[in-house]
Amino acid sequence: MAGLTVPLEHVLLLAAALFAAGLLGLMTRRNIIFMLLSLEVMLNAAALAFIAAGAYRGEADGQVVFLIILAIAAAEVSVGLGLVLQVQRRFRSLDMDAAARLKG
Amino acid sequence: MDMRELIWLIPALPLASAALLICANEKLPRSAVAALGVGSVGIAALCVLFTVIEWAVPGADGRAGETIRLHLWDWLSVGPFKAAIAFEIDGLTAVMMCVITGVGFLIHLYSAEFMAEDESYARYFAYLNLFVSAMLILVMADNLLLLYLGWEGVGACSYLLVGFWYKDAANGAAARKAFIVTRVGDTAMALGLFLLFAELGTLEFREMGAAARERWAVGDPVAVLATMLLLGGAVGKSAQLPLHTWLPDAMAGPTPVSALIHAATMVTAGVYLIGRAHELFLLAPPSLTAVAVLGVLTLLLAAFTALNQSDIKRVLAYSTISQIGYMFLGLGVGAWTAGIFHLTTHAFFKALLFLGAGAVIHCLHHEHNIFRMGGLRARLPIAFWSFLIGAAALAALPLTSGFFSKDLIVLAAYGQPAIGPWLWGGAVLGAFLTALYSFRLVFLVFLGEMQTEPDRRPGMAMAAPLAILCALSLLGGWIALPLDGVFPVLSGHPSLLIEMISIGVPILGAALAWMLFRAGVFKEAGQEAGLPARLWSWLRAFWHGGWGIDRLYGFLWVQPYQGLTRLLRGEPLDYLYHGIARANLAMNSAFCKTQTGRMRWYATVMAGGFILLLGGMLALAL
Repeated sequence: MAGLTVPLEHVLLLAAALFAAGLLGLMTRRNIIFMLLSLEVMLNAAALAFIAAGAYRGEADGQVVFLIILAIAAAEVSVGLGLVLQVQRRFRSLDMDAAARLKG
Repeated sequence: MDMRELIWLIPALPLASAALLICANEKLPRSAVAALGVGSVGIAALCVLFTVIEWAVPGADGRAGETIRLHLWDWLSVGPFKAAIAFEIDGLTAVMMCVITGVGFLIHLYSAEFMAEDESYARYFAYLNLFVSAMLILVMADNLLLLYLGWEGVGACSYLLVGFWYKDAANGAAARKAFIVTRVGDTAMALGLFLLFAELGTLEFREMGAAARERWAVGDPVAVLATMLLLGGAVGKSAQLPLHTWLPDAMAGPTPVSALIHAATMVTAGVYLIGRAHELFLLAPPSLTAVAVLGVLTLLLAAFTALNQSDIKRVLAYSTISQIGYMFLGLGVGAWTAGIFHLTTHAFFKALLFLGAGAVIHCLHHEHNIFRMGGLRARLPIAFWSFLIGAAALAALPLTSGFFSKDLIVLAAYGQPAIGPWLWGGAVLGAFLTALYSFRLVFLVFLGEMQTEPDRRPGMAMAAPLAILCALSLLGGWIALPLDGVFPVLSGHPSLLIEMISIGVPILGAALAWMLFRAGVFKEAGQEAGLPARLWSWLRAFWHGGWGIDRLYGFLWVQPYQGLTRLLRGEPLDYLYHGIARANLAMNSAFCKTQTGRMRWYATVMAGGFILLLGGMLALAL
């Protein structure tokens, strides 16, 4: 790992920034597609933090967790896209606030 | 037929009749109700007569007066605790049974006419028969627990009969008062029962006496406590100080009920109880002294009160309290036989007075105020002679029945070692007042000018019991009660002077009553001018109100209790639980508002919460 010049703190800061950007997007965007995208950004931020931590400790655990996150993200997207189709069909809109009457 | 095996019939007959009358529920014709109600007690009285004859007449082995015992069945049996339904008849029980069924039968007969116009004829006789049955169980019981059953039974019947005319709310209040005040005494008595069983291991009378003598020396504190508790029960039932307040109000019931329950039988149950438990009381001299002192105080207080009443039945009620005070005095100074003797003669003459009063009230459209009576001597001769004889016996004029019994008590009181002369003085003063108020009553009701016209005359069913009771009141003093085998005999005799004073005082009282009546002093209390007169009328009002004891109890117990009930009416303890429920509801509606259905809002709150949590953990870690 002699070629590693980026310090851990920088990577973690980048992960945090990415996570914050994703969260901000999730909280502000009304379009469900953009909300899903923001979610992906947040997942990848977490994955990046795991990779960096694994590399710092010189263990494979970080990469294992990354693979798990990848699988979760794939599953989440398949469910999420299904929901997107349903929302579009029911509400004739991709605006999530229009679906607020799901509160019951 | 051997009556010894059949004594269970004596309480069973009135009980069966009561059950039948309750089930028939006013559907029987009136003549059948009267036949059943009066007949059952009459047959019970005959059974008592046969039993007593068999008991008193020497048998084949030449022995008479042996206690009859009949064990019917075991009632309760838990570990060492056993109570049986078992009857025992000795001299004391025989006397009580004769009084209960004899006087009871006469009063039943009288009631058949007195209550003839009442709509609840069957209910009346059902209660009255139930009472006779319970009273017989009380006196025939061979153990304290069965006695307690009868004791509570007569209390319940007293409640039912005082409140017999329940449509008037005042009668219901009087009934509740009678029940609750006696309940105070009954609670003491129940505690006494528990204590006696815990200490002696038995509640059977004949075993109790032996066990107590073995276990306790004379004056043992436990014996004193147990007898004091029993005395509490007796004081409640017999309307003595400080639990006497219920009896004057109990006059709200029909007059024959007052005669039977509140004069002749039930109120003397306390006297019977102390007599029955005399072996215990003999081991506790302080309790005996308490009995005597309570008796004297009660008889004086009640006599002063009786002197100022204007309701004919309340005069008699206070005089009953006063006469039971004499019985207590007799028991307390060891004149057991005299106490029971006075119980018997009192049953005769007080029943006579009450039935006579009933006849007056019956013929005068339910008029109770003696100041609106007067001059009835010619119109109601039967009632007049009944009253005259009854009052003479009540005042203990020589040779009447009350004279013999009261004289024995008064003389025995003088012989009490510690405070004898004081007790005697109180008793003699009481005798003077008794003569004064009883003849005041007779003169006001039957002499002078007529105020209210009687509209009818008592018929045969009312006149016959009056005549028989007149004879008993006059001659009852000659009856020798078979009590020598039951009680220890008192010896000693005070000086002739004491005896002369005791005999002479009632005559003086009667003479004074005549003089005061002629002078027109007996008037209804009104407003008088001048300080001494005002003081006098205030004193009369004080006596009239029973020395303010009712008001004192109202202030001490009834009002605080009612205040407490008002306070608790809103159930303040529930406020706590209502508060919890309300907080939950408020929280529920608050959290409902957070469920908006907006995804972005949820995400924001989640993130905020997570940050707070993280921040908190950081703060703790630092």
